Amino acid sequence: MSDIIISAKDIEVQFRVRENYLTAIRNVSLDLYQGETFAIVGESGSGKSVFTKTFTGMLESNGKITNGSIMYHGQDLTKFKTEKEWAAIRGVKIATVFQDPMTSLNPIRTIGSQITEVIEKHQKLSKVDAKAQAISMMERVGIPNAAERFDNYPFQYSGGMRQRIVIAIALSCHPEVLICDEPTTALDVTIQAQIIKLIKDLQKELGFTTIYITHDLGVVANVADRVGVMYGGQIIEYGTVNEIFYDPQHPYTWALLSALPQLGVKGEDLYYITGTPPSLYNKIKGDAFAPRNPRALKIDFEKEPPFFKVSDTHYAKTWLLDPRAPKVEKPEAIHNLHEKIARMTSKGGAFHVGNE
Amino acid sequence: MSETNEREVLLSVKDVDISFGEGKNVFKAVQDANFDIYKGETFALVGESGSGKTTIGRAILRINELSKGEITFEGKRISGKLSKAEDREVIRNIQMIFQDPAASLNERATIEYCISEGLYNFHLYKDENDRLQKVDKALEEVGLLPEHKSRYPHEFSGGQRQRVGIARALIMEPKLVVADEPISALDVSIRAQVLNLMNKLKNEKSLTYLFIAHDLSVVRFIADRIAVIHLGRIVEIAETEELFAHPMHPYTISLLSAVPMPDPIIEKQREAIVYADATEEKTGPDYAMREITPGHFVYCTPQQVAGYAKIAE
Repeated sequence: MSDIIISAKDIEVQFRVRENYLTAIRNVSLDLYQGETFAIVGESGSGKSVFTKTFTGMLESNGKITNGSIMYHGQDLTKFKTEKEWAAIRGVKIATVFQDPMTSLNPIRTIGSQITEVIEKHQKLSKVDAKAQAISMMERVGIPNAAERFDNYPFQYSGGMRQRIVIAIALSCHPEVLICDEPTTALDVTIQAQIIKLIKDLQKELGFTTIYITHDLGVVANVADRVGVMYGGQIIEYGTVNEIFYDPQHPYTWALLSALPQLGVKGEDLYYITGTPPSLYNKIKGDAFAPRNPRALKIDFEKEPPFFKVSDTHYAKTWLLDPRAPKVEKPEAIHNLHEKIARMTSKGGAFHVGNE
Repeated sequence: MSETNEREVLLSVKDVDISFGEGKNVFKAVQDANFDIYKGETFALVGESGSGKTTIGRAILRINELSKGEITFEGKRISGKLSKAEDREVIRNIQMIFQDPAASLNERATIEYCISEGLYNFHLYKDENDRLQKVDKALEEVGLLPEHKSRYPHEFSGGQRQRVGIARALIMEPKLVVADEPISALDVSIRAQVLNLMNKLKNEKSLTYLFIAHDLSVVRFIADRIAVIHLGRIVEIAETEELFAHPMHPYTISLLSAVPMPDPIIEKQREAIVYADATEEKTGPDYAMREITPGHFVYCTPQQVAGYAKIAE
């Protein structure tokens, strides 16, 4: 494996909400390797966005990192206090692409000025050079007639084009790490396919490391080298993309995969997870997923499980992997996942057509 | 597939154009839409944003006016000018489920009021007792409890709110339910619950659904037949598995190829096919919906029929 670029250890994040404290992230550790694409999946409220916001110091003002460290090139990012310190990292070394391109662009300024602003600020280039670089960046992300469209406003761009601009801005300072927070969720599928491909091509060319946040397992299967599954403010399982899809170990990962509509059988009920995610205001005892897990063991309600090793790259936080645990099989629905999906695609549709 | 012809048509959309604006600024949102929805089926309308799928749904509910064509329900015209009584009849028989349950419920009203609103408007209850019973029954049917009546929408999770949205449509005892992206705002696990609920209610109450969506994997699970719409035109209609097995129109092929599959081996090899004519309409005087194989229609010219028929072989 290549070098570790970011190493987060035991991160805890709390938000103050009126008189209460909400623990959004509960002791999460993650090593990010140079050049890889790490996908974080989870339902809304699981903490995917909050966790990665700690890498760029973008937590909302009522949120605080209350424990842990984030090591990046010998610096601990959790110790940063001033905006000045962050200015050298955020947008320069670690950049973010957000979900909705309309809200991340300023509607009353031209596209060109928004790209050159970043270049001028961080690279200290002259106006003329910055404009030239901005146009070449626009061309690189696939904007036709970039020079002419330089002076357009965001509303004159389509949703997909706007997201391309956001990517251009994020990459204009050649960051080492690109955080993509649901970058295609607001886009149509055909546009989504183009944007995913663009990010992958640029990654190959520029060699940055990508953190990809999404709830869409199809997108994960496409982009990820490694996957982390989040639930209730924790990563509960991580491994290579093949390990997570074909050999999942945590009951929550099982449930997430079982609920895929692609695995549904017409006329039968689709698998679903009962109950609701835990409230993060209260201290969570044991395994956070236990109350919703039909296969939960007694110990799941009492003691938080540690990470058990499945392979050198695959770890899961479930008591089921303890040698003393009873043997529990993963649900029938996700046995032979690849064969099932392959069967439904080879009958026609997407995959079949692509290979004709 | 011959049974298709004998099935009872519940709703029929004929030669429908819908445009917005006037004079020079006229924008044709939907052109030449033609389809039938059979009683008891789930008919899906699939397309990207701006394709006109919601516009058609709203036209069926008499929210958007047609500029051409007509819509019939149980053989009676429901588009254009109707008497007040007929108008109310349509509203009662066709109900809608919206995308965002947070935005479609009145934040200041209790669940009891939200669900009873239709009953109040149409005086569909004998007395207070009867109304409360109906509300309790509707709540039970969607998997909520009678004690939820006195709560407010913000006290519920997204999935529960969508159940309330379904309950308030159901209490009117509609024949057709237009579901406009009913699960797009929900998480994966909650999504499955709502889809199961919609299927259960369909069987129990012999409902018919018009399911408007952009997510093809969900549509494949829930729909009996699918219409694909692109730039205001329906380009292909077929039974669900037939459409996935033999997509014919180039736009459908491109759309299906763009859907990511939750399988790393397949996904790492997949190439999305770009629809070359994405911006220009493939249309002309010779173009019409033509039946290629039984029940499988494509928007094309007479010359193209033979070529499309080859795909089915």
